[in-house]
Amino acid sequence: MQAITTFFWEHPLTVITFSPLLGALILLFLNKRDVSLIKSLAFIVSLIDFFLSLHLYFYFQSDTYEMQFLEKIPWIPDWGISYQVGIDGISLFLVLLTTFLTPLAILSSWTAITKKIKEYMVFMLLLETGMLGVFIALDLFLFYVFWEAMLIPMYFLIGIWGGARRIYAAIKFFVYTMAGSLLMLVGILVLYYLNYQTTGEYTFDLLELMKTIPPPAIQTWLFLAFAISFAIKVPMFPFHTWLPDAHVEAPTAGSVILAGILLKMGTYGFLRFCLPLFPDATIEFIPLISILAIVGIIYGALVSMVQQDVKSLVAYSSVSHLGFVMLGIFALNTQGLEGGILQMINHGLSTGALFLIVGMLYERRHTRMIDDFGGLSRQMPIFATFFMLVTLSSIGLPGLNGFVGEFLVLVGTFQANKLYATFAATGIILAAVYMLWMYQRVMFGQITKPENQRLVDLNLREVIILVPITLFIIWIGVYPKPLFQKMERSVQHLISQVNRPRIIKVEREVFLVSGPNKMVYWTNVPRIKE
Amino acid sequence: MINLSLLTPEIIVLITALIVLILDLLPWRGRKVLLATVGVLGTVGALLITMGQWDLREEAFYGMVAIDNFSVYFKALFLIICTLTILLSINYITRGGIDLGEYYSLVLLATFGYMFMASGTDLITIFLALEILSLAVYILAGFMRHSPKSNESAFKYFLLGAFSSAFLLYGIANIYGVVGNTNLKDIAQYLSQEAALKNPLFLAGMGLLLVGFGFKVAIVPFHMWTPDVYEGSPTTVTAFMAVGTKAASFAAFLRVFFYTLEPLKGQWVPVLWLLAAVTIIFGNTVAIYQKNIKRMLAYSAIAHAGYILVAMVAGNDLGSSSILYYLLVYSLMNLGAFGVVIIVEKKEEENLTISDYRGLAYKHPMLSAAMSLFLLSLAGIPPTGGFVGKFYIFSAAVSGGYVGLAIIGVLGSAIALYYYLRIIVYMYMYDPEKEFLDGPVPFFSAAALVITAIGTILLGITPARILELAHYSISYLGH
Repeated sequence: MQAITTFFWEHPLTVITFSPLLGALILLFLNKRDVSLIKSLAFIVSLIDFFLSLHLYFYFQSDTYEMQFLEKIPWIPDWGISYQVGIDGISLFLVLLTTFLTPLAILSSWTAITKKIKEYMVFMLLLETGMLGVFIALDLFLFYVFWEAMLIPMYFLIGIWGGARRIYAAIKFFVYTMAGSLLMLVGILVLYYLNYQTTGEYTFDLLELMKTIPPPAIQTWLFLAFAISFAIKVPMFPFHTWLPDAHVEAPTAGSVILAGILLKMGTYGFLRFCLPLFPDATIEFIPLISILAIVGIIYGALVSMVQQDVKSLVAYSSVSHLGFVMLGIFALNTQGLEGGILQMINHGLSTGALFLIVGMLYERRHTRMIDDFGGLSRQMPIFATFFMLVTLSSIGLPGLNGFVGEFLVLVGTFQANKLYATFAATGIILAAVYMLWMYQRVMFGQITKPENQRLVDLNLREVIILVPITLFIIWIGVYPKPLFQKMERSVQHLISQVNRPRIIKVEREVFLVSGPNKMVYWTNVPRIKE
Repeated sequence: MINLSLLTPEIIVLITALIVLILDLLPWRGRKVLLATVGVLGTVGALLITMGQWDLREEAFYGMVAIDNFSVYFKALFLIICTLTILLSINYITRGGIDLGEYYSLVLLATFGYMFMASGTDLITIFLALEILSLAVYILAGFMRHSPKSNESAFKYFLLGAFSSAFLLYGIANIYGVVGNTNLKDIAQYLSQEAALKNPLFLAGMGLLLVGFGFKVAIVPFHMWTPDVYEGSPTTVTAFMAVGTKAASFAAFLRVFFYTLEPLKGQWVPVLWLLAAVTIIFGNTVAIYQKNIKRMLAYSAIAHAGYILVAMVAGNDLGSSSILYYLLVYSLMNLGAFGVVIIVEKKEEENLTISDYRGLAYKHPMLSAAMSLFLLSLAGIPPTGGFVGKFYIFSAAVSGGYVGLAIIGVLGSAIALYYYLRIIVYMYMYDPEKEFLDGPVPFFSAAALVITAIGTILLGITPARILELAHYSISYLGH
């Protein structure tokens, strides 16, 4: 026991990341007929993981931007690949969001999943390991391994337990995201050799790679290679077409994880890789990305408005919300970035909760069409309360979490570009329109369908799922200061990385892009001290 | 110096092949398992001795055969392939009614040929090796005597194979005519003169060699035989040639082009660049439309030859050692995938279309899990060996300055993902409609699957040691 505790203190991130994997391996050896044992064990494993991850929150030091809980073990030394993990104020919250949402997602599948429960729980736990790995990896190779490996369990979750068009959705999801990330693979390799040519060292260590900046002309291409892969994941307009299919067809827990965590990998990728590695390209691409983000905000909102299916309404609203996140990130100032990061968490909470709520409705009525409902608030008062709260959070009502994030994003954007902020602000109005309109049609009015007369309100398990989320929604809305404190240093460091001074000089002849023996100008940047 | 003792592994394989033939005469019913056991023992024995030859750096037969790390690495690979093939065959050939002793003997003889493909340092040795292995495989392809498809496959393979051998031989003759010798060292020496690089006769010879090798490794446009031959041959033979013949031909291809003809790089790299791009795009695109799983794996094998060409184009040490690593991973994952096909296949070509795999996961979860692993590895998804292999190859391409080709390669992988996933879709996302196997999974086949599956995972998670070996294997090959 002592040894385990010591190991945890020394390697908290490794333990947190791989304990779901361990749980999944144990599940494999259980008899598939012990359904309740399998479900409980999966839930307990993910819950323990959440409590373990609180360690990170409490022992996180807010006064430094350096990576914390760092671990580094050589993996393929010949290529400079190591198992290097660590978190800063940006990834901390995404790790916590993952460990927080996974047990809730598992709990929400308690009665919704009826077939092949063992496999389902195994894939859920594998997925958690994959997602956590993406957020903690500080080695590009390791990151890529997690980034791709995580697709496998999600693919199975959509494909086996999804809705009617699940196979189409699963393949589309997999191929779409994979196609993007393969380009990133080439980008990673180019970056790796560029770094070798400057420093003479083979390394995939992100912290090392950040110390040099590729020449601007190449940065553009590298930025694109990375950005397309991340933009597909976010998803940014016009790469969003996989999202409605995957979200609508996935089982409830799958949608919660997809919206709550997977989409954040894209925005996280921009923060962790694109901005610090390719600062010149980042600045160059501000207009394009901001405009696409605004198009996404407005387009997502307009399309949400006309959806007949509650689940696809929530799915399209994600396109809109993630547009805000991207806009905030590319405002490249403290408010915008902090707002963007907070909005990532907020979206995880409120959209995750919305998918859970839709799932609860679907379990009762086996339909998600808005027209099939109406007047539910009389039959299900507790449900109505939670639904209202989450809806308001998603709209951004002051006092709830959404407001803080969106407000900061708009403040940041306003400082950067007033026109962008003006257009983006319309998205908030539209959000109120589609969310409240949907709420009104589903919950208020007369009960028109006889089936709705017999609906029962939430049971204890469902209340237990929603209470923690609503608590966080209110907490962040009222008192977000602890969060900002923890992310502040990292955000400032990120901004300084983008704005760092560049010394340009010709380094030597290199082989690249246009073939051997081509002269390439090279920028070499000393490490910045704050 | 003849140094016959250096060839102990090859001699063991040859003698085992003969012993198997003799033992088949025993009037005893259970002798088929005995034959397989003898075969496995022989190959494993040869494997152990081969491993002992690591770092030996010797020559035999007056420089016609080299015992260097390169050949040791490949010979070990061929012996592993041979062992796995025998394990997979035991049950299959009994079911197929082709359990004749010659089967194992021919597999061993082909392996004997493979081994000389890797160690031959003279064009004549390489040609002889190619003929030995080809003749054995021609017969094996037609081993399902009662099946018209198998006959067709053998006949096609034989005609086109003979044709390509002629190309190779003509190429050798041209080079001999110019150099006056067929030894690779002498050719390299000849090429060290500036004027030699422009000799049209020599260049024509090189082009003909390229065609000959291109046929054997099955790259576009010399791939025409592959789908039909792979589909018609007994599945165990398909597996054997998809990995063995390909790896052996690449071994010789690599030694001749990468090292001996290195000074002529400017001539052959552009050609291979084009062939690599076309092979990857064509192989992957056509594989999407296949309904028969063997045909699909045939096109996938073509595409994989394309990836290996990418590494050849890269033209540096990284590229060459990435080929060695990739061929090991490729052999394991492909044998694994074929292994599942072999187990699931029934008599009269039943269970060979992709839709036959409907619901396999809910009847045979372990078998499907293994198949998914192999397919994901073939698609290059981490954490499998296939990913590390592809990563290595594209890394070599980028380091050689061929970013464009690397991009074509990764886009090909994205296409490939679609058809590999389709099998997983059928296995997992539909409900089963029938029983797949008549009994439990046969023991020996299961053993082969376990070995390949563990290998595929380990090469993905802890590749460092094997990467080092692959890198070390090419270190003595001179420029």
